[in-house]
Amino acid sequence: MFKRFNQKTKLSVKIEFDGKVVEAVEGDTVAGAIMAAGISDLREATVSGAPRGPYCMMGVCFECLVEIDGIGHQQACLLSVKNGMIIKREKAKRLVFDDHGC
Amino acid sequence: MTMGVDVVIIGAGPAGMSAANTINEFGGNVVVLDEQAAPGGQIYKAIDHVRHDRPNELMWLGPTYSEGARLTEKFGSQEIDYRPGSMVWNIEGPTSDGFYTVYYSRTGKSRKLVTGYIIAATGAMERPVPIPGWTLPGVMTVGAIQSVMKNSGIYPSGKLILAGTGPLVLQSANQLIAANVDIAAILDTSPKGSFVRALKYFPRAAIAGDYLFKGWKLAREVRRSGVKIYRNVTDLAALGENSVQNVSFKENGEEHCLEVDTLALHEGILPNTQLTRLLDLKHVWSERQRSFYPVVDSAGETSRSGVFVVGDGAGISGSKTAEYSGVIAGMTILEKLDYIKESQRDIIVEEKKLRRFLDEGIRPFLDTLFPAPTKIEAISNKTIICRCEEITAGEIRDVVKKGCSGPNQAKAFLRCGMGVCQGRMCGASVTEVMSQAMGKTPSDVGTYRIRPPLKPLSLDEIASLNES
Repeated sequence: MFKRFNQKTKLSVKIEFDGKVVEAVEGDTVAGAIMAAGISDLREATVSGAPRGPYCMMGVCFECLVEIDGIGHQQACLLSVKNGMIIKREKAKRLVFDDHGC
Repeated sequence: MTMGVDVVIIGAGPAGMSAANTINEFGGNVVVLDEQAAPGGQIYKAIDHVRHDRPNELMWLGPTYSEGARLTEKFGSQEIDYRPGSMVWNIEGPTSDGFYTVYYSRTGKSRKLVTGYIIAATGAMERPVPIPGWTLPGVMTVGAIQSVMKNSGIYPSGKLILAGTGPLVLQSANQLIAANVDIAAILDTSPKGSFVRALKYFPRAAIAGDYLFKGWKLAREVRRSGVKIYRNVTDLAALGENSVQNVSFKENGEEHCLEVDTLALHEGILPNTQLTRLLDLKHVWSERQRSFYPVVDSAGETSRSGVFVVGDGAGISGSKTAEYSGVIAGMTILEKLDYIKESQRDIIVEEKKLRRFLDEGIRPFLDTLFPAPTKIEAISNKTIICRCEEITAGEIRDVVKKGCSGPNQAKAFLRCGMGVCQGRMCGASVTEVMSQAMGKTPSDVGTYRIRPPLKPLSLDEIASLNES
């Protein structure tokens, strides 16, 4: 669980994570903004579908990969928030295939 | 059209910035590519932003962090071609006349640069800490917590536990305590007797500057704060369903289980060798730091002519040494390109080399006081090693029994190291687990070969190369 140190910080940027509006500050990383909104689970593990969240916050673990504005596999810890971003959780790819009997 | 430049620097931490400042100052033409949105690297992350917008937080982020402003100010005041948010995904070359092509992606488009010299200042990453449950949301690294504090003024709330060992644990604990963040407990994993073993390196450490005094003060603040510290901790495990709820461990053999919302792990740092291995530079194993690092000469030049590695990417030596090495590499290249005379180079290089020699004196002491984990057999078979493909230590040990020859063949056997992180998070552990299972040295076991692209890349981005 995380919170902003300065609770009076003006949250002037709005992004959407899986349908939920997340308020952020200019300069926040996408992952940081989502964490500050009380969400620790950002995606599903590729194989098992288990929940995963940010681990390294510096671009090496790839646990914070999300889909941003329709483009998948983006590193949420390296990208800065922009007003109106639509962010989605990535699903376990192999489970999708299994559903189709592949 | 492809632009030719004198030097391409990859990374804008202390090493990259000081190299860029040096080269630019003497008229060299340099491009700095960095993944992050602002200069500073990990240690000085977002320093300019904090100074301007959240200056009160400098008080607890501490003097070491504030020192970074000296470099970023100079870096910002010069007309340096700095391209933040750039991900280097391949380097080709050299051509017969010694030129390299650097491919990178920025704002969804790929570009290339042709250069005679490359300075890789790609820094370090935290050593992966494979324990049961380390893939649960809420389990992070200590560096990750520091990163959100620096970047966005976002701090842990709820029950926070720091587990591991290393200067970063002490430093982070101090920052959190100063910021009035509750730390439920610190689980210190340094083995008994580390301090006594480190004592023989004390004399050189004592003349390396004020590190010992700073460290002593950090440790004293943590003790005074009254945070509960468990020592000689082993058998760490994170437990929970959809996120971490408990951490279990043993202190001197006695079992404990604590509630936790954020579990921050740390077992020291490693050179991030992804780029240097892509370049196929000669790497060797450091037993003291338990990691591979690229071999460099005293100027930072590697086994490939024209390619330099400076900073923690060439072996963990800290931010001051990184800065000195950046200047030394910069001056060396300037002289080769005839921007300065040999005598001009030598005056500065000799001074920086002496400073670097003194500064590096702290390392043997620190590496022994906060040793990397060596009890690889203590990693249980069920523990996930490769987080992306969810491959356990048991599966790796099993393929070793079946004759798997090393980390690169383990990819074919298990898909271990073939997920999205491209082996960054399991590489170090796979070498250790295989080395222990095979009864061979890590040096003989080796590590993953790295191939382009260095980061996931869309076909669209590759196609955009031809647009420019």
